[in-house]
Formats: sequence, structure tokens, C-alpha cells
Amino acid sequence: MIRAALGVLLSHWRRNPVQLAGLLAGLALATALWSAVQAINGEARASYARAADQLTGGSFDRLTHDRALTVADFAALRRAGWQVAPVLEGRATIGALTVSVLGVDFVSYPPLPAQNDLPEDVTPLEVLITPGRGFARPDLAARLDGTEELPPIIGSDAVPPGVLLVDIGVAERLLNRPGQLSHMILLPDAAPGRAPLAEIVPGLRRSPPETETDLSRLTDSFHLNLTAFGLLAFGVGLFIAHGTVGLAFEQRRPVIRTLRALGLPLRLVGVLLLAELVMLALVAGLVGLVLGYVVAGALLPEVAATLRGLYGAPVDGGLSLRPVWVLAGLAMTFAGTALASAQALWSLTRLPLLETATSQSWMRQHGARHRVQLAAGLGLIAAGALAPVVGDGLLAGFALLGGLLTGAAVLLPPVLGWVIDRGARFGKGPMGEWLWADMRAQLPSLSTALAALLLALAANVGVGTMVSSFRTTFTGWLDQRLASELYLRAQSDAQGREMVAWLDGRVDAVLPIRSATVDALHGAPGQIYGVADHATYRDHWPLIAQAPDAWDTVARGQAALINEQLARRSDLWPGDLVQLEPGWSLPVAGVYSDYGNPSGQAMIALPLLDARFPDLPQVSFALRVPPDQADTLSAELRERFDLPVRALVDQTAVKQSSIAVFESTFVITGALNILTLGVAAVAMLSALLTQRSMRLPHLAPLWALGLTRDEIARFEVTRTVAMAGLTALLALPVGLALAWALLNVINVEAFGWLLPMQVFPFDWMTLFILALGTGWVAAWLPARRLRRTPPAELLKVFAHER
Amino acid sequence: MLLEISDLRKSYPLPGGGAQEVLRGVSLGLDAGQSLALTGESGSGKSTLLHLVAALDTISEGEITLAEQPLSWLDEAGRAEMRRDVVSLVFQQFNLVPSLTVAQNVALQARLAGRHDPARDHNLIARLGLEGLEARYPEALSGGQQQRVAIARALAVAPQLLLADEPTGNLDEANAQAVLDLMLDLVAETGTALFLVTHSDQVAARLDRRVHLRHGLIA
Repeated sequence: MIRAALGVLLSHWRRNPVQLAGLLAGLALATALWSAVQAINGEARASYARAADQLTGGSFDRLTHDRALTVADFAALRRAGWQVAPVLEGRATIGALTVSVLGVDFVSYPPLPAQNDLPEDVTPLEVLITPGRGFARPDLAARLDGTEELPPIIGSDAVPPGVLLVDIGVAERLLNRPGQLSHMILLPDAAPGRAPLAEIVPGLRRSPPETETDLSRLTDSFHLNLTAFGLLAFGVGLFIAHGTVGLAFEQRRPVIRTLRALGLPLRLVGVLLLAELVMLALVAGLVGLVLGYVVAGALLPEVAATLRGLYGAPVDGGLSLRPVWVLAGLAMTFAGTALASAQALWSLTRLPLLETATSQSWMRQHGARHRVQLAAGLGLIAAGALAPVVGDGLLAGFALLGGLLTGAAVLLPPVLGWVIDRGARFGKGPMGEWLWADMRAQLPSLSTALAALLLALAANVGVGTMVSSFRTTFTGWLDQRLASELYLRAQSDAQGREMVAWLDGRVDAVLPIRSATVDALHGAPGQIYGVADHATYRDHWPLIAQAPDAWDTVARGQAALINEQLARRSDLWPGDLVQLEPGWSLPVAGVYSDYGNPSGQAMIALPLLDARFPDLPQVSFALRVPPDQADTLSAELRERFDLPVRALVDQTAVKQSSIAVFESTFVITGALNILTLGVAAVAMLSALLTQRSMRLPHLAPLWALGLTRDEIARFEVTRTVAMAGLTALLALPVGLALAWALLNVINVEAFGWLLPMQVFPFDWMTLFILALGTGWVAAWLPARRLRRTPPAELLKVFAHER
Repeated sequence: MLLEISDLRKSYPLPGGGAQEVLRGVSLGLDAGQSLALTGESGSGKSTLLHLVAALDTISEGEITLAEQPLSWLDEAGRAEMRRDVVSLVFQQFNLVPSLTVAQNVALQARLAGRHDPARDHNLIARLGLEGLEARYPEALSGGQQQRVAIARALAVAPQLLLADEPTGNLDEANAQAVLDLMLDLVAETGTALFLVTHSDQVAARLDRRVHLRHGLIA
């Protein structure tokens, strides 16, 4: 019995391959985009974990302190019998390269995987004695080897990308932090009877081996953003599945009634339909995983570049297949299938045996639901809007987005119905009236596909507005931040001093760029910059909040400027006190925007910085020269100091490279946007193709009344394009609300930046045309098939009526 | 007695409250191999009675005993089993599965009941003039052909009772006559009891017995 009944259910798909393809495509695309994002996130997180493992050689407790730890603390602990190893880490610019420096004491530090990669001619002892050895990925090692301030660098794949592993003494020089430590790790086998840690170094904090690395915390927001986009794409894919399953089940109502009339128990009908869905989900899930793997492979290099550029995160561009990813992807497909089919399955298993079920009754039911949909849609939007009020953080922001988008999707059918009802008044002539009436009649069966289109378009408007607003703001901000004509980098402190002397009289101003990395800038690692008192800063620096006479108080050494990230994270605004280091605080005189930087930053008067950090080298300078003399000066500088290409860059080059980093940050967002719109097009195509057989009884009478098949096909295309256009118009306010939420809630929570929202009507027009195009593409194939429908098939409609 | 109906009542709730009583105390019986025509005006309760006998609907009051099994005692699964194993249905609408071929449709109920006999299918297909059409799908058949497939499907399971609701209602006169002839011949040959709903006096006259329903009661 089971085999026979399952055969009947499956025979439907055999006879309706397009519908089957639509369902599989919906589920597969949903799985693909979701899994692609998860693969990217998983790969990045694995890279962070691998990096942490490669750099600690195991899991050890960490020792940290509110103030900067020193070599004296390390010595005190060792003398007391504790087995500890010192670590100093930070970002440093070496020549033209910025790298993450990890300085360890190779004697006390546990053996690192990289130390196994010594060339045959280097003994382990040579790593420990002067000049020692450094380790980096082979490509980085090749670029760094031979640098004056570094020991010979050995290439090793056991070092994370972008990281330079050196002796702690070398790291002190590179990071300009003599005698300082970032933290210590606590090793086993300490001497018995030793004094407690807190007695030796009061205030010392011991924390267990961390399950998540600093990097994973830093990049969490980025990955959460990707996950949200993946979820959006997944949701759009599910709309296809929902629409197709709904129609397929609808078409099979009579068959299921027949099966039940022939003695198939209701419970078995439900079980068999579920089994059928499980089989389809498995096939679609596997196809989706393959597609997802391909998409992830294509996008990962860009994402890796973004993560490296934005956070200095050591992420490879390569992708590996993880069993957990496969299982999670399949689980997501099953969950999505259940979600997309629950309603259809539920209503089918409750279908009264004697009800005469027709598509029309289904559509009438949908029509009656409009009031419920209206209430549910408004309720969802209201719940979303309440989320940031009640809760806070990124999750509340995503709850707002979720409420807004699902609410808008649920509201679409009643709103479109209302618009069509009003539009019907303007229908001229019999065909005009028919077209509006037919649009109304087709609304229930097209509404899921149109909702998918609405989501895709709204996401495009929202994300597009956010990215364009960001781009405009960012470009303007770069103009302010990069006001100097030339940026010069010396090879050493001595060369820097020589350059300053040489430049005296040749330029309008030499503005030193000096900074110190601190471990506790208001409680978190950050950088303190010294700023010269010069009109360049007073006139151009992008302050978003300031106290009166901000620049004067900073110049007098009585106040500091802080970046927006630090201000928002610690809720510090002009007048508040910012702790620059433990025991050293200054009032905040102003807050400046600082896009593209994840960590906190403060600016103080240059003399104050020099007094506090006397050993900072003079290697970076901004030069003010009349723009027409910049090229000549560049040439003279290169010749005089034999400068490598990247030691001297002009303003335009810096801007270009900054904008390039910015653009790559949004590459994946743009790609997911386009893919989501593509999925929406598939949703419409699938819905229209699926309905084709159900449409014939509506269209055959028109043909019998004297319209040609060509004319009817044209009407069909017009109807679909009109509905896509209406949906696009309704998507605009939803997209703008989405953009507002992204800019005012998500970005602030995720990155610490609040961006002014700007509107781009030309982009909307492009998107509107794209939406019409999507409708046209989706309608064209079914219309073409309709044009080629033989008259005999149209006649069957009447033959069956007898 | 194969079928025994005693003081059967059936009412449906009305949307505004209250109930509409469609059958108001029907009693009748049918022996194995016998044929009975149920006639009556539209709305007299003919189809309701047939649906109750077919275990498609539940009884409000009274009892139907089919093959010595009181239907009111059966749950959903028991009623499904009754439909699968004891009765067969031929509807006014042909109710074929559009995605199965003629041969697959004919075999369907017998396969569901677990007593499929290909030789019997073949014989029925031949007797009903469906030879050569086995691989076709229902959409490629005329109305008369589709109804013959439905009859073949109903008889292929060798039911004890064949229930038919206006089986010729959707056919033209010539087709209706041919279909009815075949059905009566096959019923007689197999010893199957026939319970047929019709509003055609001509059709009713050809069966062993005739019962007329009026306002939910046997007239």
C-alpha cells in the first residue's frame, strides 16, 4: 500500500518537471547562499583558531594587568618560581608593509610549530642567539628578508598569514615598546611552595585559555553581518519553495481526496507527504551544498582580503570541506523545507474528505486572509520597531530588520490587492477591465513570488543606500583626513631626523605622524596619536562633536580628541574624561569619525605624546606643499634619500588605496544582493511556469472569443511586469526603512560608526527597471509556451466542461 | 445481509447555529450480488446516504452495518480500511489520478488493498474497451473513456459492494448507455452488490430494486 501510494504522489513530479525544478531550485538556492556564507564564516573562524594555535603552541592560562606589564614583572614571577613566558604583540609598519608582530621569548615559550620548519643549514640554537631568526609565511618572509631592522626571516606555513614571529627583543624595537609586555602565558611545572601570583605582582589577572580568540571577537560583527545576509537570501529562497509546494499540494488535492476515498488512511497520507518532502529536501540540499561551495570559493578571496585589510585578520583565500558544514547545511535545508511546507502540509492533512477542492476555493481563502495578513504584517513591523527600544546590541538591530522585512512581505498581498482594486477603476475597455480583474484573481497564487521579489528589491535599495551613503561620506571624510599633499616614511629614526632637517624651508609644514600602542585606552587596546598644532588639522579634521576651543585645549595639552568608535563604545563625549593609560586621563575635547578602524584611538598634543613616550621614532610625516610643487619635491626626496617607491606617496594614491579597501569590504554584500535578486527572478519564473496549466481555463475563453494566442501572451507579460512594477514601488519605502535601520542601528552596533543617510534616486530608477526586467524575464518563457500552445490543448478546456 | 441501514440520520451544522437534517431516519438493506438504484430530487439526501455507506462521512444517529461491521464503531483508520477492502466507488467526476497512466490508474486501488491481479486488470481493460490506451494519461481520454477507467479501477479490487454516484451523469446518451451496460454485466459476473445513485428513471429501471428518497426519508 505504501509503495503504491508513494508512487502516486511521486508521479505528480514526474508529470510536472518544471514544478519539481522550481521546488528544487528554491531549496537548493536557499541552501547554497546560506551555506556559502557559513563556509566563509567557518573558514575565517578556523583561520583565527589555527592562528591562535600556531602562535601559542597549546592552551595556557593568560596573565594580564590593567596597566602595561613589564619585563620586571616577568622577572619577579620567574624568581618566585612561576613558569611564565612573556609575549609582546602589535601592528608595525616595516618598510612598505604593515604586519602583525608577535614577539616571544623563544627560550621560555613553548615550542611553536614554525620552529620545526628550520632549513637544514640553521640549527635550533641559531634561533636563540643573536641575531636570531624570525618566522613568517614564505611570501611575507621573501618580502621582509634582508630588511635592516630584522633578523633573517625563515619561511614557514605554520605561521598565520600576515604575522611576523620574532624574538621579543626585536618586537620591542619594531613596536617601539621597550621593556613592555602585552601579556604572559602561564606554563605548567611551576616550582612548589611559590608565593601566590597576586602577591608578587598585585593586580595581576589570570584568565583561562580562551575558547575564542581576540580576532574572533573583533570580527564577530563582520561575520554576523554576513550571516544576516545569508539568512535573508535563505528566506528569499524559501519563498520559492513555499510557493511551489503550496501550488503542488493545491494541484494534488483532488488526487489526495481520491487516494483517501480509495482507502488510504489520513495519517499515512501525512507521513507519505512528509517522506516525499524529505527526499526532495535531501536532493535539493546536496545540490545546494555543491553550489554553496562554489559560491563560497568564488567569494572567499575577497572576504579574506577585506578581513586582512580591515582587521589584520590572518585569513587564507582557500576553502576546505568540513563535515560539520555539510551536516549543518542539510539540517538547514530540512528546517527550511519544513518551514516552507508546514502550512500546505497542515491544510492538506486537514482537508475534509468530501470538500470539493478547487484552486478557486484556495484563492478565495487567500482573499479572506487579507485582513489577518494586514494585522499580522503591521504587528511584525511594530514588534521589530520595539526590539531596539526593549533590548540593545546587534541582535536587537537584526530583530528590527527581521520584523520590518517579514512584516512587509506579509503586508504585500493585501496592499497589492488594495492598489489593484483602486487601479481597476481606471481599466478602459473590456480587455483593460479583464487585465485588472485577472491581476486581482492571480494575486494569491503569485503573492509568495512577489514577496520574494519585494524582499530582494528592498534589500537592494536598503543595502545600496547604505553602501552609497557610506561611499559618499567616506570619500568626503578622506578628503578631510588626507589634507596633506605628500606622506613620507623614513627607513629609520636617524633618517627621519635628517629628512626633517632637509625639508626645513622646502615645504610649508612638516607634520609628524607619531603614535603609541597602548593596552588599556579606556579599558581596551588602542593607539594614541600626537598631533601638531597646525591649521591643516584645525581646518580639515572631521570632528562630529566638539567642545568650544577644542583645538586650543588639545594644543595646550589639556584635552584629547577621540575617535567615534571609542566614543560610542565607552559613551564618551566632549567634557567626559578618557583614560589614556592607567592613571592618566584627559578631558575629551572632541570626537572625530574614523572609518575602517575597528579599535579605539585618541589624539593628544605632540609634545605631550613625546613627553609620555620619549622613545617613539620619527619616521612618518605629512608634508604640506603647494600642490603644483608636490611632484618636484617627491622627485628631489627620492633622489636625495634613495627612497623606495612606497616610502613616499601622494594624497591621491593614499585615497585610491583606502577606497579600494572600502570597496572590497562591500564586494560580498553586493554579490549577495545580486544573487538574492536572481533568486527572486527564479521564484517568479517558477510560480508562473507552475501555474501555466491552471491558467489555461482562464485564457482559453479569451482565445475562443477571438483573441489570438499572441495577444493573450502579450497580456500575460504585461500583467506580470505590471505586478513586478507595483511590487518595486512598494519595495522602495521598505528599502529606505531598511537603509535607515542599517545606518542608524546595525552599523553603530557592528562598527561603531553612525553615517548620515543619503538618497540616490538614480539607483532606484535603475532598480525599478531591473524589477520590470525581472518580471519580463520571468513572464517571457511561460508566455512563449502559451503562444505555442496548440489549439487542441485550448479546446480541451471546453471538452472537459461537458 | 451485506448492507444493513437502520434509522439512519445525518445532520450538518449551519453557519448561523442550529443544524440541517439531511437524512431523517432511513432504513434499508442490500444482499450480496443485489443491485439497488437510489433516486430522488436534488437535495433529497442521495449523495449523503452514499457517502455514509462508503464510510466517507460519519453517522449522526442510527447505524450502517457493512459486511457485518457497524460503521459507527470505526475510527478514521477503520473507515479507510473499509473503503479500501470492502467497497469501491465510481464518482460522477471521474477522479482519476492525472499523473498516472490508464493502466496505473486501473491497478491503483487493488495495489493499495494489497490484492493486485494483473490478469484481472487486463481482462477489465479488454472488457471496457480500453485496450491500446493503457499507456495514455487521463487528459488524453474522452469523458466516456475516463469513466470506463474509473469503473475498471473500482472493479479491479473485486469489492463486495460497488457504490456509484451518477456514473453516467457527465456522459452523452450513447456513452452513458454503453458504460451502464458494461457495469451491470461486470457486476452480475462477479457477484458484486451495486448501490447506484441516479436521477434517471431509465437507469433505475434496469436494477433489481429501486428506492426513492424525498426530504431525507424513503418515500
